Amino acid sequence: MKAGIVVFPGINRERDMAIALEQSSGAKPRMIWHQETDLSGLDLVVIPGGFSFGDYLRCGAMAAQSPVMASIRAHADRGGYILGVCNGFQILTEAGILPGALLRNAALRFLSMDCHLRVERSDTVFTARYQKGQTFRAVMAHGDGNYFADDATLDRLEGQGLVALRYASPQGNIPLGNIPLGNIPQGDVTKDANRNGSARSIAGIYTPNLRVLGLMPHPEDLVDPLMGSTDGKPLFDALAAA
Amino acid sequence: MQKEVNQSLAREFGLSAEEYGKVLEIMGRTPSLTELGVFSVMWSEHCSYKSSRVWLRQLPTKAPWVIHGPGENAGVVDIGDGLAAIFKMESHNHPSFIEPYQGAATGVGGILRDVFTMGARPIANLNALRFGSPNHPRTRRIVDGVVRGIGGYGNCVGVPTVGGEINFHPAYDGNPLVNAMTVGIAPKDRIFLSAAAGIGNPVVYVGSKTGRDGIHGATMASAEFGADSEEKRPTVQVGDPFTEKLLIEACLELMATDAIVAIQDMGAAGLTSSSVEMAAKGGVGIELDLNMVPARETGMTAYEFMLSESQERMLMVLRPDRESVARAIFEKWDLDFAIIGHITDTGRIVVRHNGVVEADIPLAPLNDEAPLYTRPTTETPKGEKLNPARVESRVGLASALQTLVGCPDLCSRAWVWDQYDSTVGGQTVKRPGAADAAVVKLEGLKRALALTTDCTPRYCAADPETGGRQAVAEAWRNLTAVGARPLAITDNLNFGNPEKPEIMGQFAAAIRGMAAACEALDFPVVSGNVSLYNETERRAILPTPAIGGLGVLDDAAQAVGLALPPWLDIVLIGATTGWLGQSLWLREIAGREDGAPPPVDLVAERTNGDFVRAQILAGHVRACHDVSDGGILVALAEMAMASGIGLRISTHPRDIPGHAYWFGEDQARYLLAVPDSIAMVKAAEAAGVPALRIAVSGGQDLTLPDGSTISVQALRDSHERFFPAWMDGETKKD
Repeated sequence: MKAGIVVFPGINRERDMAIALEQSSGAKPRMIWHQETDLSGLDLVVIPGGFSFGDYLRCGAMAAQSPVMASIRAHADRGGYILGVCNGFQILTEAGILPGALLRNAALRFLSMDCHLRVERSDTVFTARYQKGQTFRAVMAHGDGNYFADDATLDRLEGQGLVALRYASPQGNIPLGNIPLGNIPQGDVTKDANRNGSARSIAGIYTPNLRVLGLMPHPEDLVDPLMGSTDGKPLFDALAAA
Repeated sequence: MQKEVNQSLAREFGLSAEEYGKVLEIMGRTPSLTELGVFSVMWSEHCSYKSSRVWLRQLPTKAPWVIHGPGENAGVVDIGDGLAAIFKMESHNHPSFIEPYQGAATGVGGILRDVFTMGARPIANLNALRFGSPNHPRTRRIVDGVVRGIGGYGNCVGVPTVGGEINFHPAYDGNPLVNAMTVGIAPKDRIFLSAAAGIGNPVVYVGSKTGRDGIHGATMASAEFGADSEEKRPTVQVGDPFTEKLLIEACLELMATDAIVAIQDMGAAGLTSSSVEMAAKGGVGIELDLNMVPARETGMTAYEFMLSESQERMLMVLRPDRESVARAIFEKWDLDFAIIGHITDTGRIVVRHNGVVEADIPLAPLNDEAPLYTRPTTETPKGEKLNPARVESRVGLASALQTLVGCPDLCSRAWVWDQYDSTVGGQTVKRPGAADAAVVKLEGLKRALALTTDCTPRYCAADPETGGRQAVAEAWRNLTAVGARPLAITDNLNFGNPEKPEIMGQFAAAIRGMAAACEALDFPVVSGNVSLYNETERRAILPTPAIGGLGVLDDAAQAVGLALPPWLDIVLIGATTGWLGQSLWLREIAGREDGAPPPVDLVAERTNGDFVRAQILAGHVRACHDVSDGGILVALAEMAMASGIGLRISTHPRDIPGHAYWFGEDQARYLLAVPDSIAMVKAAEAAGVPALRIAVSGGQDLTLPDGSTISVQALRDSHERFFPAWMDGETKKD
């Protein structure tokens, strides 16, 4: 799968992302400056983390107006693959490609720590190398990761199986009382599993065609045992193999 | 602004009568307001080091691996693989007291610029912070603002904040210390310096526009505070990390070409110090036209342009034929790019504004005749060595341990670290709290850097010379404890008012101690910063020579952390005498802050450390932790808390009282978790290193030598309680 990484001014995890993609695919991803509009030949467009345009306005709001966004929208409409991580997820919601919004973390502080993500389905190009219900470790590093959408939208995401990943305990339990649906296993974990306060513990979501994934935590920072874990690697391996 | 220039205005600008006399002599006339401004900031303590320079010369600055020592924007050392590490630590104490968020944020921004201006991509930030008593009404707000400021800036520019240290003491109530360190990496044959050259070459301004912020910041940083410090808020600058990020990328892109002759960031004293220093270093002259300077506000005067400390700005001398290449890069990054002058052969700085010459100063005397003081010193009276047998313990080991691991100086800093992005870049091998030093791998290589910041101000206050030795030795020890080869340090010397002999005495003694340790450990000083006048209402801080240490690991996989694996023996390296003077046990449990601090035997330090490092690199050590604040028992508890694995701790030698043995702070000691303690002790004996098996890991409890037991979870609860609970107090009050 041929990948490109979009670089907006202020993006700062593009190098981490490039390392992870190259490690799994053997190919260097193309770096795409935000004023470029030609995405031809790319199967996967990645929007990495950072602070696009300083995020002095709402996170991702300025980037969503960049010239490259029209091309990214067209790429999505064509059924192309898109991965948006952290600021990338925020940009995808600001651009209307994914529903909902990322609000300030519940505790109103930046959160930099490991978290555990539960894989809600494993039949997508992003999660094919994980098992459904499995949890994996990822790095959280954001000030605005508190996923929010109205109840109708959340119910639609749940109903259509578009919730990709949820914050969970290492054993895969979701904080009690966070999810109204009866068919999702819940446990007696503390609220710490969902530190940023996301609605229904949602860490990542898909578009209905399952080809666009937005998520807050960083799988790309845990792809080398030296950094403490390779839990993020299966995501990039799956993309490389697709 | 039509102030009359005379001695009283000079005094207002921080120049003494004698210094103003020298200005008149150099100029041969009454200086203009702008000229007086230039002299006053260039001759401020902050820029001229006039009280400290004579002492700084004692510090060792050379080693075969040192590429550039003090005198450049930052220190440069050879780390192998054709690469250089470029690093420095700098204070932003005064601004952080007045306006904690912006003060700390711009402190990070400033030190980043010092490093990338030399051609390095910044790969790690660290800090050394001292705050007032947690009970002081202002401390919480300052801690909150400083932590948010460091995070706000560092997280946005995408440089991981990987380490640091925090102390609390009432001596910092009115004067917190915010020392920020940046480490960057560059090809060792592509280091950019600041000496201007090439008559006629364009002088180029890039970055943010200039506003009226921070005017006379350097002067503010060179005076004590009174009760009116709030009024100095306008001298604090405002940071814009987004622009800094663009500036990093644009500068590194330009540095990949051959366009740059010289480059310097505009830090303290802004356009004045950058232009003066670049021209003076190159032995040339410089002419500036202030009408060409990108301005954020209208109607700014020459004085304001020259003295502004607006952030995120750089000054460069370019090859004339590369101007368009450079302009295109900065335009791509949406940054201002303006030719504001050129290099001359006059040896003078000439500043024009609206066609009028506002300043015309000969550079050589401005630089060379800067005041230099050998201020009077008095020695700090030495405390007596405490006899451990005479210090009574009314508290059992378990209870004392639980109190100590929860006290403000030893409790978990997770509340702080969790607000700093420590992983961006994807190369952080040991994050904050995981090891004695942070370990950051170099992209695409096996090689890694180990980084730490250290100082024990209570030792420095009791005996500045021993404190100076100890600060350097502890940095060396922390690097050694992860398996790294210590290479060099940057120092940030924070002291009170140098015009007081007792303060100058502290300074001189601390330098003496540092110099001895640097010499003995082959650990030279390659960059640094001096911050004096850290006093509010005549009360000085504890002398705080903060050390930033850098070491290298050939293979990141060899780094060890402090998390204790199960079923291993714990071997104590180094000699234990039960030294209680100035220990945390004495302060937190016995309620006393007296006695002499532990002596630092530099030969033992070297021998023990070299042994430990060799054992780690040979693969014989699974976890390592140096023994420092709180002594052996606290160090053991920290290893246990890091993994959740318990320990059974053996009885101690009979000739030392238990509390002194377990909580004393003798130096040059380490704890090693090893599979084979018999072999380890034997190897230590052969190397002339004291070694003793003192514990076995396993289970979930600590079984202490007096037979008492405490669970690792109970220790963690104490350890983790203080910070969030204390900071929460304010939220509830509001």
